[in-house]
Amino acid sequence: MIFGFPLLSVAIWLPIIFGVLVLATGNDRNAPLARMIALVGAILGFLVTLPLYAGFDKMTSAMQFVELREWIPHFNIQYHLGIDGISVLFILLNSFFTPLVVLAGWKVIDKRVAQYMAAFLIMSGIVNGVFASLDAMLFYVFWEAMLIPMFLIIGVWGGANRVYAAVKFFLYTLMGSLLMLVAFIYLYKHSGGSFSILDYHVLPIPMMAQILIFIAFFMAFAVKVPMFPLHTWLPDAHVEAPTGGSIILAAIMLKVGAYGFLRFSMPIAPDASHELAGVMIALSLIAVVYIGLVALMQSDMKKLVAYSSISHMGFVTLGLFLFNAYGIEGALLQMISHGFVSGAMFLGIGVLYERVHSRQIADYGGVAHKMPVFAAFFILFAMANSGLPGTSGFVGEFLVIMGAIKVNFWYGVLAASTLIFGAAYTLWMVKRVFFGVVSNEHVAHLSDITPREIFIFTILAICVLGMGVYPLPFSEMMHATVNDLIVHLANSKL
Amino acid sequence: MSYLSTLSPAYAEIFLLVMACTILIVDLFVVNQKKTLTYLLVQLTLVGLASITVLTHQAGVVHLFNNMFVDDMMSDVLKVLSYIAVAMILVYSRTYLLVRGLFTGEFMVLTLFALLGMMVMISASHFLSMYIGLELMSLSLYAMVALQRDSAIATEAAMKYFILGALASGLLLYGMSMLYGATGTLDVAAVSAAINHGVANPALLTFGLVFVVAGLAFKLGAVPFHMWVPDVYHGAPTAVVMLIGSAPKLAAFAFVMRMLVDGLQPLMSHWSMMLVILAVMSMALGNISAIAQTNFKRMLAYSSIAHVGFFLLGVLSGGIDGYGAAMFYIVIYVFMSLGAFGMITLLSREGYEADTLDAFKGLNQRSPWLAFMMLLLMFSMAGVPPTVGFYAKFSVLQAIVNTGHIELAIIAVLFSLIGAYYYLRIIKLMYFDAPESHEPIRMQADSSLLISINGLAVLALGIMPGWLMTVCAAAVQKSLLLH
Repeated sequence: MIFGFPLLSVAIWLPIIFGVLVLATGNDRNAPLARMIALVGAILGFLVTLPLYAGFDKMTSAMQFVELREWIPHFNIQYHLGIDGISVLFILLNSFFTPLVVLAGWKVIDKRVAQYMAAFLIMSGIVNGVFASLDAMLFYVFWEAMLIPMFLIIGVWGGANRVYAAVKFFLYTLMGSLLMLVAFIYLYKHSGGSFSILDYHVLPIPMMAQILIFIAFFMAFAVKVPMFPLHTWLPDAHVEAPTGGSIILAAIMLKVGAYGFLRFSMPIAPDASHELAGVMIALSLIAVVYIGLVALMQSDMKKLVAYSSISHMGFVTLGLFLFNAYGIEGALLQMISHGFVSGAMFLGIGVLYERVHSRQIADYGGVAHKMPVFAAFFILFAMANSGLPGTSGFVGEFLVIMGAIKVNFWYGVLAASTLIFGAAYTLWMVKRVFFGVVSNEHVAHLSDITPREIFIFTILAICVLGMGVYPLPFSEMMHATVNDLIVHLANSKL
Repeated sequence: MSYLSTLSPAYAEIFLLVMACTILIVDLFVVNQKKTLTYLLVQLTLVGLASITVLTHQAGVVHLFNNMFVDDMMSDVLKVLSYIAVAMILVYSRTYLLVRGLFTGEFMVLTLFALLGMMVMISASHFLSMYIGLELMSLSLYAMVALQRDSAIATEAAMKYFILGALASGLLLYGMSMLYGATGTLDVAAVSAAINHGVANPALLTFGLVFVVAGLAFKLGAVPFHMWVPDVYHGAPTAVVMLIGSAPKLAAFAFVMRMLVDGLQPLMSHWSMMLVILAVMSMALGNISAIAQTNFKRMLAYSSIAHVGFFLLGVLSGGIDGYGAAMFYIVIYVFMSLGAFGMITLLSREGYEADTLDAFKGLNQRSPWLAFMMLLLMFSMAGVPPTVGFYAKFSVLQAIVNTGHIELAIIAVLFSLIGAYYYLRIIKLMYFDAPESHEPIRMQADSSLLISINGLAVLALGIMPGWLMTVCAAAVQKSLLLH
């Protein structure tokens, strides 16, 4: 807390309150007002998280900005918030994306505007709650609540097959979450009546129980990441979601799963994590290589980027289960970079889709002739997606590959193959969409992006290049916490 | 005077009996087709009942009428909740019944008698008073199901309900007589003491227990004794289903507690095994069959079977944790299902029942507020936070894990995952589909206010569930004879 001001609570509840205000504007006659309130709320929501960065003590791995109040005394459940070097960046990333998503949907969304904007604002607050919760039940409530706005976003504003995708998304994630709930209740009993995550970190647990807990957590988090073979909901959800929904899914929601591994699975069940690290690494490498190949064969741009996301998230889980500082820091940086890059890619595909109403690569060709500014931006993000040095995509991948080689040379080789596959599927798509001759009538009538869109892309381009050239402001936040975590993981909890 | 004041724990029941008889007579002289005077009198009676119960509340457990009647915190809490539920039913169903010409004095008087039966059940600590309360409630409900005399489907439902209900009562009575034979008493506390002393014939006790549990399962609608539930929910007028599916569950909870915990606690190892089977089968059949339904009332019927299964898990966990969780679960369930049935009555109009799933199509475009309330209610039934339905499920799961039966908890969550699908389908219909008719929804001020309170309460209780959990746990702790 700074000046006794509950910053984390504000970061959670301010967007939610603005979301309710936006809902109160009612039907589409008041759409301009709804958009304005949403933008103001989203920007305020971002501004209030800045002091979290400025006031963050980089030297300690302890929880900061802690808030602790009684919530449900009957079960000793507390309203316990706090952040460390792992969570602070994700809260910033999430709050940073909310205004961009509001802007991205400014013109495209013309039916039920208030509900659309409100869903994103409420979602933003809930996601901040997920990253800031230090009480397992508080975490669980935010975690599940996250499903409701996303379900509606996909189902109401999505594409043709949206109902199937929304229900699949909801049920897949609910299945994982419910098993996690049973694990939490078991931990509550085992710890003698505590839901505090920090208590769980130091709680000795027998091996068999650790493995079962790890599996329950795995079901919850691996679905969200998503890890092979639990990834099949993601391409459906991405393809059918509106642009804003895809951005939030890729940039924020996928990170929640990896965050869960770092906050729950690994510190609570370290012995099981070591025991099962081989399986996790194998699944991650399958995601990197196999899903990379799957991405190569996609004819739908959104699906291609969706598979590319799964492949990149495979890198993240690989980094986590290497148990060294390169791997974990690389994974964290990769998550942030992937947030920027995949957000930008989906935004770019959204720009094309609004104009041509097709996501098929075959329907495009020669777009660069008609939209040179847009093409320049998109190619930058494509380069970042393939991990070109100097862009943010390179930093995390490089660190993870280093970490992998330290553990086993062949892990590193397989992981490094992503630099080839990533470049192949991304750049091949860019070639087919942007270069060559203008292929059809639709493309011939394209007009370049508007100042509003240029503004959004510029901000994202600055982030991608800035992080690629000078990643220190990001990485220095996490050193203390990651080092402490590695020490913690090295000690058995049996 | 002094004798009268010793009756104070039963003042509420006496007042209700007097008022029900008075209203029966007064109604003869009400010529107004809308029966406004009768309706107001009934609502006033409920307010009066609530004040009497609150004012005569006393700490501790008081027995009355030769131990046939007990007044404790659990009975007071459940009675007040029953009054609220009945008052809500009357508000929700008034327009629905008026349009159909069913809003008669009989409906209201029968409701009051059913309520009286529930109150007797809640406060009964003797097999005889338990049975009398149960029959008073059931007979009133049988008559109400048949209220729509010219409807074949309602009459069929009434017949089924009556025959199977009578069978269940018979089973229960048979079980009680065996318990009497084994222990020589009908007083639950004395039954428990006799079993503890080991003087009872164990074979006779076990047979008695089986019949009693089967009778209870019939009344609760647990699988395999559930066959009447879907047909009655489908056939009876929505207003009556709302009554059958809500407040009696509170009374049934008290019945289960007094019978199994106060009376047959020494046999817990037997009856908890029976409840495991009933609970798992109910959750399985309820949740899976509900998916196949196209009629919303039938879907809610199967959903109620599934919820009963979950509730039984709380009961079989035992202890303050388990019984408190079961009470919390059933209270939450009652108010969620009132909201869901209330929504049907709001959407229905003359000649249109609004009881199919398609009635919810595009509700978000016709009335965003109603759709949002229904969204809250459905997510709550599915047990998704931040609605209160989640905490109901959570406290039951916590109780069951505490007993060490993690496998039961995993079965329960897997079935509630299946259950989530059909609740999601309602939300899908409301939000993702286009409306079939654009006919404006005509809502009365009172019922639309009530559905708003009902929906928002589900959310508000989900954000602050602590106090109600504490009340339920305290009620159970202060009232049951836990050994």
